[in-house]
Amino acid sequence: MSLDPATVRRIARLSRLSIDDNQVERMQSDLNGILGWIEQLNEVNVEGVEPLTGAAMMAMRMRDDVVTDGNLQEAVLSNAPDREGPFYAVPKVVE
Amino acid sequence: MFDLSLVEARDALRAKKISSRELTGAYVGAIEQLNPQINAYITTTPEAAMAQADAADAALAKGEAGPLTGIPLAIKDLFCTKGVRTTAGSKILQPFIPPYESTVSSNLLRDGAVFLGKANMDEFAMGSSNMTSAYGGVTNPWTRRGDNRPLVPGGSSGGSAAAVSARMALGATATDTGGSIRQPAAFCGIVGIKPTYGRCSRWGVVAFASSLDQAGPVARNVEDCAVLLGSMAGFDAKDSTSADMPVPDFAAACKRGVKGMRIGVPREYRMDGMAPEIEALWQQGLGWLRDAGATIVDVSLPHTKYGLATYYIVAPAEASSNLARYDGVRFGAREPGRDLTELYENTRAEGFGPEVQRRILIGTYVLSAGYYDAYYLRAQKVRALILRDFTEAFEKVDALLTPATPTAAFGQGEKMDDPITMYLNDVFTVPVNMAGLPGMSVPAGLDAQGLPLGLQIIGRPFDEESVFAVGAAIERAAGFSTLPTIRAGI
Repeated sequence: MSLDPATVRRIARLSRLSIDDNQVERMQSDLNGILGWIEQLNEVNVEGVEPLTGAAMMAMRMRDDVVTDGNLQEAVLSNAPDREGPFYAVPKVVE
Repeated sequence: MFDLSLVEARDALRAKKISSRELTGAYVGAIEQLNPQINAYITTTPEAAMAQADAADAALAKGEAGPLTGIPLAIKDLFCTKGVRTTAGSKILQPFIPPYESTVSSNLLRDGAVFLGKANMDEFAMGSSNMTSAYGGVTNPWTRRGDNRPLVPGGSSGGSAAAVSARMALGATATDTGGSIRQPAAFCGIVGIKPTYGRCSRWGVVAFASSLDQAGPVARNVEDCAVLLGSMAGFDAKDSTSADMPVPDFAAACKRGVKGMRIGVPREYRMDGMAPEIEALWQQGLGWLRDAGATIVDVSLPHTKYGLATYYIVAPAEASSNLARYDGVRFGAREPGRDLTELYENTRAEGFGPEVQRRILIGTYVLSAGYYDAYYLRAQKVRALILRDFTEAFEKVDALLTPATPTAAFGQGEKMDDPITMYLNDVFTVPVNMAGLPGMSVPAGLDAQGLPLGLQIIGRPFDEESVFAVGAAIERAAGFSTLPTIRAGI
């Protein structure tokens, strides 16, 4: 599978990365190089193999659905690039 | 002062032969002197370090010493440190000051450690050379014989490894997603261990690929690593993949010896084009273990050659999801835009470097509708086969011995033309992450140009003790004592 420039732009859009036209060509060549190399996995017989999602050698733990922490509004907002009072501020989204 | 290992410094502090103020002061001075050249630290905290040293001296005077009281360490800039800027090597986190402390660094502080600063690294731990850091590359303290051109320290924990090697810290925290502890340890002539997935809490560690990321120490020798890992490890309810298991006495395991152990040699690790010194060193390592009473057994890990390709689907997929949080709204840097979408797109394009952007794009593609089964699902199945290879091998042997890297350290700016050339650095380390196993790199010899080479020991899940036993045996036999060209105390 080889990516065309339109697909590169579509993935960039899905990734929320702005790319200009002269970057598209470089990215297309890098990504196609990597994807071509990854194609080698097609030679592995994976018939009947269950996918492995993680390396933890144990079942995921459950915990009680209760509040364990909180009342940290100032700490949570302390790194906001822009804020108004207790809110994060962003460009207007509703006209 | 700089000749003391971590364990020797700890003992000297307890015996009141030195104070933490003297020890920490010496390391603060070493950083001032060498960091402009090595660039091992992104942020240094000398005043806080001296205050911690004074507190350590007070505790020592009262006889209240913890396992690391007064020991100056470097913390990889991937661990959140309360009130101290944490960048993950990225421009996008340049303004980020965590309001909390990671569990691993909290554990070290609980045990009395002194923090010298935040160690340089590849951006978001994505790289094998430290060249992707937004804060500049790191210079390896080692140079080739008769050639002063700067070499890379490896990556992603390049700052941690260079700091320990150049004696700008007595030990350091690091993380390993595909080799990021073991490869830089090998390139810098020091010891590094990636423990079993789940041994160290991931809470407060900036996430790259959550099913692979694992913290571990780098230090001058095997026993120093054992002491550090003993402090860093342990169950944490805040990480749902943290292992609820007791932490063994890793330092005691270093003294165990290898008599009666069965050591596996995976035949697939013999690669075409591997440097002849590395093949020779591997054979030498097996000879040392045989002489110490171990039995050497040939084993097969047939899916080894697919490890890297599998990794470059799984890791970018998880990264594309983890890095979605950098949106310029809640924390980190922001680039303005006319609307919210443009703000996101500008922030991320400006804040992430080229390698991180490549991996986000690859990850987004392999997870996108129509391609998920062909790439991601297939990779997870191959991952299961890689784990099965190891599981079957560990029915026959107690540990595996392999080279740590296919080459010694390379020059700054080399291997930069094509991403895949850089990825091949991790060919021997990546399968260990895919299977979640513990792996250690131990310096064992020099190549023809005088650069250090490491051997890798791989163990069963949660059997770091065997890894420490084998690593210590190699260390004793190798007697590796060569020091890097650039270091403090000369």
